Amino acid sequence: MTVRLTYREAVRAALRAALAGDPRVFLMGEDVGRYGGAYACSKGLLEEFGPERVRDTPLSESTFVGAGIGAALGGLRPIVEVMTVNFSLLALDQIVNNGATLRHMSGGQLSVPLVVRMATGGGRQLAAQHSHSLEGWYAHVPGIKVVAPATVADARGMLGLALRDPDPVFIFEHATLYPVEGELDEGAVPLELARAAVRRSGRDVTVITYGGSLGKTLEAADRLAEEGTEAEVLDLRSLRPLDTTAILASVAKTHRALVVDEGWRTGSLAAEVSAQIMEGAFYDLDGPVARLCSVEVPLPYAQHLEEAALPQATGIAETVRGMLKRRG
Amino acid sequence: MAMPFPCLPNSPPAREHALHLLREMVRIRRFEEKAAELYTLGKIRGFLHLYVGEEAVAVGAMQALTVDDAVVATYREHGQALARGLPAGALMAEMYGKANGVSRGRGGSMHFFDASRRFYGGHAIVGAGLPIAVGLALADRLQGRARVTTCFFGDGAVAEGEFHESLNLAALWTLPVLFLCENNRYAMGTALPRHQAQTDLSRKAESEGLCAETVDGMDVLAVEAATRRVAAAVRGGFGPHFLEYQTYRFRAHSMYDPELYRTKEEVEAWKARDPIATFTARLRDWCVLSEDDLGALEATVAREIDDAVQTAEAGPWEPVEDLAKDVYTPVSPS
Repeated sequence: MTVRLTYREAVRAALRAALAGDPRVFLMGEDVGRYGGAYACSKGLLEEFGPERVRDTPLSESTFVGAGIGAALGGLRPIVEVMTVNFSLLALDQIVNNGATLRHMSGGQLSVPLVVRMATGGGRQLAAQHSHSLEGWYAHVPGIKVVAPATVADARGMLGLALRDPDPVFIFEHATLYPVEGELDEGAVPLELARAAVRRSGRDVTVITYGGSLGKTLEAADRLAEEGTEAEVLDLRSLRPLDTTAILASVAKTHRALVVDEGWRTGSLAAEVSAQIMEGAFYDLDGPVARLCSVEVPLPYAQHLEEAALPQATGIAETVRGMLKRRG
Repeated sequence: MAMPFPCLPNSPPAREHALHLLREMVRIRRFEEKAAELYTLGKIRGFLHLYVGEEAVAVGAMQALTVDDAVVATYREHGQALARGLPAGALMAEMYGKANGVSRGRGGSMHFFDASRRFYGGHAIVGAGLPIAVGLALADRLQGRARVTTCFFGDGAVAEGEFHESLNLAALWTLPVLFLCENNRYAMGTALPRHQAQTDLSRKAESEGLCAETVDGMDVLAVEAATRRVAAAVRGGFGPHFLEYQTYRFRAHSMYDPELYRTKEEVEAWKARDPIATFTARLRDWCVLSEDDLGALEATVAREIDDAVQTAEAGPWEPVEDLAKDVYTPVSPS
């Protein structure tokens, strides 16, 4: 049965199903209980599952993320909500030095089946300290997995898959997505975590993106279609590991690639995707791989400035037009 | 120096137990003396932080634990590992970087792990083991297990935010964590009064809502008695406790430390309180230790250390093809 719901409702449904389905699962984070979650994702769950399994934490990101690692070592399946990626920097040590290393450093004796969810991204006029898109940093680190659900179906499906994974999985939910509505086929089997998904098929150019930029990219593709350009839109879904096979297959078909990434350009995930195309599909390319990333400024507050700093549908369409103009 | 410690036991322990405590401390001492020697020979590389002088802490504290309890330790964890029962050979092999090491050569001296003995490292970021311990204890709480998670850390760690965060969270949620602070008076080379405005560490723990006490960490019986007492409280569901063991490291911070920050006189004064020498003297006074006993004990330990070195020498190297193994957990297709 197909239902229509918001991304936020999909996250909540996924949390509820996870808590109901496995007594080892519990949720902890800042304001996940009484407040119902900063983005209302866990509204009602405290009442339904009680304070032992829906735990409000103090503002101590490093310790409650580290406690999530410890609880995972102790046999539980913690879901840790870090309110936003901006605050996750306070937990970077636990994530990078503990969560990502314990399996390898223990010679394969330990696994850390931890799920960490956090909101990411800009676009809501929250200025530099509340608008980061740092999921690309996390994707740099071996030992963890990084996913970015961009659709209602993935918001509903990825959490369960992440909980079944024996290693730490980080779920980045773009904050502008929570109120967005979409279709969910309740009977559908979720696509596995590490796979990219073609969200729109096309022959002229591949636009590779993820998370909060998917909607803008699809909008740009619609505009381009009116002009007779068929863009293929590939949603990465998983940022670590990257679905290189899907990326290369699409580029082999369209011979052109644009990577749209809300992170800053220098040392970005877009740079990694671009390099993989260069390494694996160089002779399929009809032109250089292009990137559209955020302008390299701390995200400003004023609406017109913030808009100009982030990738937008207009800019995506414009970039594709430029790439095709060079067609010889 | 004044001796402010109130809990010196005044009756001798049972002979067998006393010899066990002494043997455990001697094992650690001899193991580390051998490790230092092997370091100068280049057999052991990386960082090597010796525990010499602090043996009474690990040995005394470990007596309070059952096999089901958990241990989270620091990069100066040879003592805890040996006292917890990790085989000396597998520890030595780890320091050699061999595949038969406790962490298959992935960790070295600073990262001993043994899941079967619930020994969760070996953590080399100061303070970062505390949240892990809180989480292990939370898992016990939520699964209804009456187990204790012990977390060793040094006086340097009390300066970290995670110290305060973790004590607070454990107290707030009444979690069964035993926070064990080995105050050896120096955060690497910075003396406690040079990095803390409040040098009474128990008061810091009390301010986070924990019961706290300070113990003579040079006295294995005092350490054991105090740790047993508070471990029972933690196990009984009374929430986390904090113990400060006042101790001293006789050797340098690591093998690279020129020790410019403390005087020889200070080191000598503490060496006069050597936990092994003083305990040996007390056992002689109590007539529970003969010269023959001591000789036999040293011989047993020497054999164990020799065997450990043999195990390390004979151990295989992990094949380079397995370099990327164990970054992720293998998943069998479902």
